[in-house]
Amino acid sequence: MRRSLYIPLLAGLFAACQPEFNDPVNEEGFYSSGEADLTTYVALGNSLTAGFADGALYRDAQINSYPNIIAQQFSLAGGGAFTQPLVNDNTGGLLANGQTISSPRLVLNFNENGSPVPVTLDAEPTTDITNVLEGPFNNMGVPGAKSYHLLANGYGNLGNFPTAANPYFIRMASSPDASILEDAVAQDPSFFSLWIGANDILGYATSGGTGVNQTGNLNPQTYGSNDITDPTLFGGVYQQILQGLTSNGAQGIVLNLPAVSGIPFFTTVPYNAIPLDAGTAALLNENYAAYNGGIRQLQAGGVISAEEADSRIISFQAGQNPVVILDESLTDLTGFNPALVNLRQATAEDLLPLPVSRVLGTLADPSNPLSVIGVAVPLNDAQVLTMTEVAEIEAVRAAYNNTIAALAQQFDLPLVDVDSLFDQLISQGIPYDGGTITATFGTGGAFSLDGVHLTQRGYAVIANEIIDQINLRYNASIPEVNAGYYPAVFVE
Amino acid sequence: MTFGHLKNSKSKSMKKFLTGAVIFLLMSAAAYAGGYRIALQGQKQLAMGHTGVAVINSSELAFFNPAGLTFLEDSFTSSVGMNLVYSNIVFQNERYGWYTESESPVSTPFNAYASFKINEWASVGMAVYTPYGSSVEYPTNWEGSHLINEISLAAIFFQPTLSVKLTDKLSIGGGAILVSGSVDFTRNLDRSTTNVEGERLGVNINQSGITAWGYNLGLMFRPTTAFTLGVNYRSEIIVDAEEGEADFRNIPSNLQGQFSDGTFNASLPLPAELTFGASYQVNEKWLLAVDINRVFWDVYQSLDVEFSNGLVSENPRNYKNSTSYRFGMQYKANERFTLRGGYYFDESPIQSRYFAPETPRNDSNNFTGGLTFNLSEHFAIDASFLYIHFDEVNESYDFYQENGQNVSFGGTYKNNAFIPGLGVTYRL
Repeated sequence: MRRSLYIPLLAGLFAACQPEFNDPVNEEGFYSSGEADLTTYVALGNSLTAGFADGALYRDAQINSYPNIIAQQFSLAGGGAFTQPLVNDNTGGLLANGQTISSPRLVLNFNENGSPVPVTLDAEPTTDITNVLEGPFNNMGVPGAKSYHLLANGYGNLGNFPTAANPYFIRMASSPDASILEDAVAQDPSFFSLWIGANDILGYATSGGTGVNQTGNLNPQTYGSNDITDPTLFGGVYQQILQGLTSNGAQGIVLNLPAVSGIPFFTTVPYNAIPLDAGTAALLNENYAAYNGGIRQLQAGGVISAEEADSRIISFQAGQNPVVILDESLTDLTGFNPALVNLRQATAEDLLPLPVSRVLGTLADPSNPLSVIGVAVPLNDAQVLTMTEVAEIEAVRAAYNNTIAALAQQFDLPLVDVDSLFDQLISQGIPYDGGTITATFGTGGAFSLDGVHLTQRGYAVIANEIIDQINLRYNASIPEVNAGYYPAVFVE
Repeated sequence: MTFGHLKNSKSKSMKKFLTGAVIFLLMSAAAYAGGYRIALQGQKQLAMGHTGVAVINSSELAFFNPAGLTFLEDSFTSSVGMNLVYSNIVFQNERYGWYTESESPVSTPFNAYASFKINEWASVGMAVYTPYGSSVEYPTNWEGSHLINEISLAAIFFQPTLSVKLTDKLSIGGGAILVSGSVDFTRNLDRSTTNVEGERLGVNINQSGITAWGYNLGLMFRPTTAFTLGVNYRSEIIVDAEEGEADFRNIPSNLQGQFSDGTFNASLPLPAELTFGASYQVNEKWLLAVDINRVFWDVYQSLDVEFSNGLVSENPRNYKNSTSYRFGMQYKANERFTLRGGYYFDESPIQSRYFAPETPRNDSNNFTGGLTFNLSEHFAIDASFLYIHFDEVNESYDFYQENGQNVSFGGTYKNNAFIPGLGVTYRL
């Protein structure tokens, strides 16, 4: 009997004899956090921080949220555990008391022509926001949150939903009346990251500028969801957040805001999306002849400048033609002639939101072959972000970024210049060992199928930027991740 | 109208984000000598540093040098044995903080030899042995899973053997080899792609019962009764997997056409080996032996796998010929005990930048020991032990492609192996 004991004994002995490296990476001291204390890392932000992608929050993308990516790397340099309010599944979408309140994620499917098309995943969401999770959570990123929402008590109160509460915060708030900042500070973070402010302009942008630029109005209670947050209010809120986070001496890092005009949501549908042959162009020009005549008449009468009149003349030719849009910033001429609505043709500076691609070129009235949307039927205010609106957003964003830079300096925090990073992404792409990540929709690798949020690979690029800045500022040696190991888009 | 720029460009856009996925590779196998050679062909000779081309000891000669069988004194002798291979690989990458330990199962190469003396100048023998093989398993979806997640490679050699004495001092021998091989290999298609459920896209290929032919030839010369010289040549054998099973895993329904399950064809060379050796019987008790092996690994240039769905995977290997230097000794303590020891230096056939993680092995130092315990006049137990030491090595495999460009996978590897073995000898 005794002999039979030897064999498992032997097996155990040899199996335990793993070779050992002279300098193992998983041994304490190989990587250093430098002067940074990574014991308790808390991430604050919006959907980008939560790991939102493909129009939804789903599990795998949360697992590869940039805060979780860097937390995993922190753990090699003394970082502590990192928890996230994970949703139930890889379907995405939310329920409130069994009712679907947000759709599942987008995935790539193929239409009858074999072309890839993003479609909503055909599955039922299972994550119900009334099922409140037990926190605290190191990842405090809340999709949809604007800067001032971080300070808002009751933002996680189901009773305030949907007007003054956020479904994502409802399911993770420590109590219905706690604010995001309070829940973050309560964790006594030793290190934090803050990437907030994108939604303070993004809602305005993606709605085609239908909201209100609230510059000058310091009361966020009066703001609509598509409004632009006043930059002074933003500055005050940002300062309060940093004060709260640093009150116990925590170190951290802040990220500034990229331009919205370069994201695929606005760059995928071209302004001149209408292909016409010479015959159709001539026919259309005939239809617009009366309108054009009216414009020229009012120009001659001195009502509008020659410049404005030129911009309002509608003219088609064979080839690609700019779409016809309604631009509320033009002089209202309907008092002179109700037919002279605020039409003009788009220019390269006007941005057409991604969802417009679904209606552009289709018939507004299926029985009327002349009711082609974008040609005979103009795109409405919500279907185009005009150059004026882009300029408005850019001015506010510049103000936000100046505030972020100034406060970073004041609080002695390193700043991740996401603005420049996105510029590089859009102009030339960001190389990695398996190619180049670009901002091209669908295939570029940086942006998910909603055209706004990043892919897991894109979030990995952000994570590396953060790690680099932490290493630089805090004399740390935290290893980067390899972006090539993170997925981009998903085929159904 | 759908998303404009994606429209008429299915092939182009699909290609772009899936090129990584269509580059395939099948690999072969780790081992305990260079490449996927497993030098464990007998407990007695293994204990002596796996020398044996000029050692007249036992029926293990059928492998080491068929010419020697006729010099064995017993009218019938046979040896059966098995080794337990505990091999470990650890891997780390300092740039990304990766650390992975292999989870390879214990593999059990075996051998069985018999030799029968027909008359004073001729003997016949039968040898069954497993000189090539591999069993490597890494944690699922580890950092190198686009190259290998698991492999199990086995080749059993059956070799009827004839040994003929030309003179009292010179003999020749040889045998035809029938190989029965099997392969089972799993990896992910690329470094990142998953289906909607988050499962990595992968492929498994497997086939068993693959047959191939080769031969084993030897020459032995005994200038004096104490001094023996030997030379042995075992031919190259190309194992062709044809119509093996290819199973693509976790493929999204929209990509089923591209990655349909089916069959695969691939060729794996088992290289030729040439060995020179000498032994010297110092006195009644002491025997010394030395062998030099040359393995012609340069036949292994690339591993190309063709799938029935049209996909082709080309995987450069570019192995180089390698040499092993073997030293062994035997001490006959008494009628009951014979003790053995040895050492060999094993050169790796893998060149820099070709260190694929299925055989991330550099040169090794090998220490052997063992003994024979004679139970009776007819029965003996043979035990052996081999410890393989590798220095850690910083290397990479640079020929995996994504988006048409080579993507290097590397870091620091360290290997070791502990191989106890046990056998029984019966003689008349």
